Amino acid sequence: MQFFGETHIDFIGRRKAFLALSALLIVAGAASLIMKGGPKLGIDFKGGTLVYVKFQQPPDVEKIRAALVGRGLNVATLQPFDDGSELKIDLDLESEVAMTSGKVQIVETLNEVYESEEGKLDFNNAGVEALSDRLLRNSAVAQSSLSSEEVRQAAQALIDYRDQNSGLVGDFSFSGLPGGVAPDILSALQSETYLGAFAVRGVEVVGPKVGRDLQGQALNATLAALGGMLVYIAFRFEWIYGFAAVAAVFHDVLITVGIFSLFDREIELTVIAALLTLVGYSMNDTIVIFDRVRENRKLTRRASLSELLNTSINQTLARTVLTSGLTLIAVLCLFILGGEVLRGFSFALVVGVLVGTYSSIFVASPILLWWQGVTGSKAAGGRRAKGAA
Amino acid sequence: MTTRLWRNLGITIAVTLICLYGVIGVPGSWDELKANLAENIKLGLDLKGGTHLILQVQVQDAVRAEADRVIAQLEADMQAQGVAYQSITRNDPESIEEADSIQITAAGISTDGIAAFREAVEVGLAGEWLLKSSSSDTFELTMRPASLAALKGQAVTQSISTIGNRINGLGLTEPVIQQHGRADAEHEILVQLPGISDPARVMQLLKMSAQLSIQKVLDGPFQSRQLAISQRSGVLPPNSELLPSKPTAAGEPELWFILERTPAITGRDLRNATARRNLEDGQWEAGFSLSREAGQRFGNFTQNNIQNPIATVLDNRIINVATVQNRIEAEGRITGLQQTEATDLALVLRAGALPASVVYLEERTVGASLGADSIRQGVSSAIYGVIFIVVTMLVYYKRSGINAVLALFLNLVILLAVLSYFGFVLTLPGIAGIVLTIGMAVDANVLIFERIREELRAGKGVVGALNAGFGKAVLTIVDTNFTTIIAAGFLFLFGEGPIKGFAITLGVGLMANLFTSVFVSRLIFDMGLSGKKKVEELSI
Repeated sequence: MQFFGETHIDFIGRRKAFLALSALLIVAGAASLIMKGGPKLGIDFKGGTLVYVKFQQPPDVEKIRAALVGRGLNVATLQPFDDGSELKIDLDLESEVAMTSGKVQIVETLNEVYESEEGKLDFNNAGVEALSDRLLRNSAVAQSSLSSEEVRQAAQALIDYRDQNSGLVGDFSFSGLPGGVAPDILSALQSETYLGAFAVRGVEVVGPKVGRDLQGQALNATLAALGGMLVYIAFRFEWIYGFAAVAAVFHDVLITVGIFSLFDREIELTVIAALLTLVGYSMNDTIVIFDRVRENRKLTRRASLSELLNTSINQTLARTVLTSGLTLIAVLCLFILGGEVLRGFSFALVVGVLVGTYSSIFVASPILLWWQGVTGSKAAGGRRAKGAA
Repeated sequence: MTTRLWRNLGITIAVTLICLYGVIGVPGSWDELKANLAENIKLGLDLKGGTHLILQVQVQDAVRAEADRVIAQLEADMQAQGVAYQSITRNDPESIEEADSIQITAAGISTDGIAAFREAVEVGLAGEWLLKSSSSDTFELTMRPASLAALKGQAVTQSISTIGNRINGLGLTEPVIQQHGRADAEHEILVQLPGISDPARVMQLLKMSAQLSIQKVLDGPFQSRQLAISQRSGVLPPNSELLPSKPTAAGEPELWFILERTPAITGRDLRNATARRNLEDGQWEAGFSLSREAGQRFGNFTQNNIQNPIATVLDNRIINVATVQNRIEAEGRITGLQQTEATDLALVLRAGALPASVVYLEERTVGASLGADSIRQGVSSAIYGVIFIVVTMLVYYKRSGINAVLALFLNLVILLAVLSYFGFVLTLPGIAGIVLTIGMAVDANVLIFERIREELRAGKGVVGALNAGFGKAVLTIVDTNFTTIIAAGFLFLFGEGPIKGFAITLGVGLMANLFTSVFVSRLIFDMGLSGKKKVEELSI
């Protein structure tokens, strides 16, 4: 089965149309960035408190937002995800001193919106030690024949059961718990604890100093990687190919960041990792085409650069489309099934694969052609390339 | 089959078996397989659940304490030699950046005492402080840069050791405590605690200065600080300080006492501390025992103060006030605590006090439930990804697709085996890296197969097409994988934790891919062709 037999599409001839499309995308992204005052930075770079909370019932988002703002907190993000019963709360932070208080304030606010029961321990947010301490203080348990070690193990089993069920327990039935619950413990549980309406499942608190440090690291890593790749390509091909490839990659990163801004997505540390990966990946595609150009030039010395480029792109089209398609399938699986924590990362990969493939086919070669025209370099058009295989 | 073919097959099978063993051992049952897998692949905090912390040691505390010690020594020296002076004071650096600006000012030194003063500084302080005179009777001392750096470094090292002791006392599996960032500039400590279910308690525990002292009570209790000062007409007795108490129950007010500043014993005098239950009132207490020399001192102190009140002070708060009944030499206790409080306090007393306070710069906690969900989601996306790709390859390339599929599975096995043998940690982005590797690994096969198809279209025979296909594609495969490996390399260098995990799985996956797509795929093709006299057609 084949999607493509031999194709003869005039990519180079139509290059103005594609460059116009690229320009449109870049301008749209830039406009969005300017209007929104720059890229939306994730907690890794701006500092802040991020809390993942799961609720028994889908939460009243506006009520929670009003309660948080009413406390004087700066809410950067308040976003439900998955099936709507989970919430991502992101607060801005001014200094290290405020670090631990942000988390505590969020929990207190939620406890006001969802009433807690005074004097009882919230089972859905308790740790093993707190639970077993509480059970041991219960008079029924204290008088029963259970040793404190057995109570501790029972508490551990209960907490493990809760954690295997997404961190929230809705009732005291504990169905499916192997071995069940000892009756003394169950009654102690019911009198000493209550089932909170929400559970805090993950916390990230990043102080401003770490945020600044990470910004620096991200920048260094990106520049270093781009530099490394430029050197590698110049070593394997010539500088002119290197520049064209790097220009195409720049184009990809610009469009991706613009799309992030358009879709209001945050730039977190994992997004930078995804961008670096897509830089490497986009170079892949471009290299395959340039490899072919180099090979074809050896075969047909007299062809002009445009003809060479067209032929090479057509020859590698099947491979490029299929590979990108398969990689796209893989990252789409990640985006759809991989969970909220990876969502920004996988979104960057999806956009990156699409844009990277587009640039390798439609943009890299026109840039090469244009650069040759500007510099009048014979290296790409005429003589044998140095370092050819 | 030729010898070369047998050799290649042998290599491939050997590699496969070694890698399989590294990942799942030799399992006897499905459960055993899962258990082996869990044991061999180390999970990161974001999958296992746990807390990652970065603390910053406030070295200016240690610098100030050292300056205080120096001032006390200089004052003692001057008094011993009968030199008159007006004052010896220090400035007050409050942040880490200001720590280097520590300065002691000695004012009003009498003219005939200057020589003695110089000697006290240059000899008595072992040359660690530099002397500069700003006027005829005033001197400024600043610390020598090398000594300053050594002092700050020591504060960090000691903090790491103390925090390490506290964490070890908690009995966690595989905690990580180490210096973070550039030692001379950052003063940061990285702590990773897998599997703790109550991060707030641990964070409190690690942060405690745990400065314990027992001091004589001079006056009190007062209802507030202002009341204390006004009742004494604004004058506190010499060598004393005013401290608040810690309320024993919520809602109770704090009381203020005037204590003698010089403590009878400090935390350094403790030999051991344990938490135990007081059988009389059912409450928990932290009991501590004193070293021999301290025991003597304390014995004399209590002997001289029978029927006087003494206070136990922890981190500048009075936690206990009791009346001395008789001479106490060997031990003491802090009563009226809950079980967890008592255990934590005993732990902290045993581990020792922190030389400087610590501030949290970063905290990332993933609950066990979130970690379990992340694993589930990551693995399911990987499985679906593999299924889609396998189906596509088989449909598009027919029987040759099987080569690609086999190579892909071997690729995954090698990747997991490298993680297992080298002890690399698998993180959530690491699982994403595996999914990405799956998507990119087939690229190499696609390159080869498309080349083969081209050669076949151009009229070459099957064997010729295979050779040409593999031959021409290999260099391209190396080039393309290499740029992504470079990207992964830089991510590994600059990244931490989860990002590092991603860089590892991506990099190792691609390198394994070089092996499987070229060597193994070729082997399978060759094996399919061997022994046949003439091959007309290739299913591709």
